[in-house]
Amino acid sequence: MENLLNIFIKSIFVDNMIFAFFLGMCSFLAVSKSVKTAMGLGVAVIFVLLITVPVNFLMEKYLLKKGAMIWLGEGFADVDLSFLTFMVFIATIAAMTQLVEMVVEKFSPALYNSLGIFLPLIAVNCAILGASLFMQEREYENVAEATVFGVGSGVGWMLAIVGIAAIREKMKYSNVPDPLKGLGITFILTGLMAIAFMGFMGIKL
Amino acid sequence: MDNHEKEPMFSAKNLKLLTEPLGLNNPITVQVLGICSALAVTVKLKPALVMALSVTIVTAVSNLVIASLRKYIPDRIRIIVQLVVIATMVILVDQLLKAYVFDVSKQLSVFVGLIITNCIIMGRLEAFAMANKPWPSFIDGIGNGAGYGLILIVVSFFRELLGSGTIYGYPVLAKLGIYNSGYENNGMVILPPMALIFVGLIIWFQRSRTRSLIEKQ
Repeated sequence: MENLLNIFIKSIFVDNMIFAFFLGMCSFLAVSKSVKTAMGLGVAVIFVLLITVPVNFLMEKYLLKKGAMIWLGEGFADVDLSFLTFMVFIATIAAMTQLVEMVVEKFSPALYNSLGIFLPLIAVNCAILGASLFMQEREYENVAEATVFGVGSGVGWMLAIVGIAAIREKMKYSNVPDPLKGLGITFILTGLMAIAFMGFMGIKL
Repeated sequence: MDNHEKEPMFSAKNLKLLTEPLGLNNPITVQVLGICSALAVTVKLKPALVMALSVTIVTAVSNLVIASLRKYIPDRIRIIVQLVVIATMVILVDQLLKAYVFDVSKQLSVFVGLIITNCIIMGRLEAFAMANKPWPSFIDGIGNGAGYGLILIVVSFFRELLGSGTIYGYPVLAKLGIYNSGYENNGMVILPPMALIFVGLIIWFQRSRTRSLIEKQ
């Protein structure tokens, strides 16, 4: 339990997707003009991570790793499909986003209307694939750890995008040099926020 | 489409496809694409170069493939088709890197895989390759890959020089004897946040030179 909490806190603050690894920057920069839409995208990202990371964990464990297919019989003990990782992960992600979109549309039209346009975008959000690849690289032990890591990464991502959106809303009233307006100042702001987040480095529960 | 006059391989139009992404239409500073994997690999020059090369190859070849197939891809499933083409290319690149430059491949870790979701590639496929012939698409891919690489190389050049005092692993500052006069490496520059600030500064520099790029709010 303590272990899970540790992974959760770490993935939000220390290994923050945006501030430590710059993952999902494209949508981070494009959709951070207002807090409301940033919030919508953030929720969608958490949602998709919650589903894709554990699914990819199972894929890795029972399909891709060397010797993972042993459950099919002794003859499969030597099969090593790890070179297919990227293909399987991205296919899972694309399929899952499609599925999530359909389920949300069916059961919660209100949520669908607020998330709707973001869900297809998420399939190509680097943070989603990145989380799965980090999950593989860090070798989490069971589904619970992988799930907690996925949700934590999503929460960290949402925290970052909502934060920068709030700052950008306020930026309208400040006097920024013309060539820095828009993109330039957003980069520098993100850099400064990342420096602040480095204060969390080394936290351990 | 087929009765078009045959244009030379390097016509002015095609050359423009090659040069424009290097400056006025740079994928990173102007189109805001592909930042995801760009920043994390810029601590040293060598991984940045390898990354730039990989992205250029993947962009160019998948542009070529998609442009050749563009008339046969059903519109509804084009994203998945594109992803499959890109993922195949990335797997090839990843295996090559593992075989020939294993140390760099380890340093790049997950970022090689993240080329798949690099927005430059998807962006160019959607915006260019789906509507153009294979050869111009190929050039467009090379141009955009090079534009991406240019930013990577500039950022990593300064980060390596200021942060570690070396250029491509060669200890320039030590050889010049700059440390003797009391200079110390700036550890801050190696940290991730400085990559963002460097790109911010590059954007500032470019936009103050080319005023037409300034955003109106």
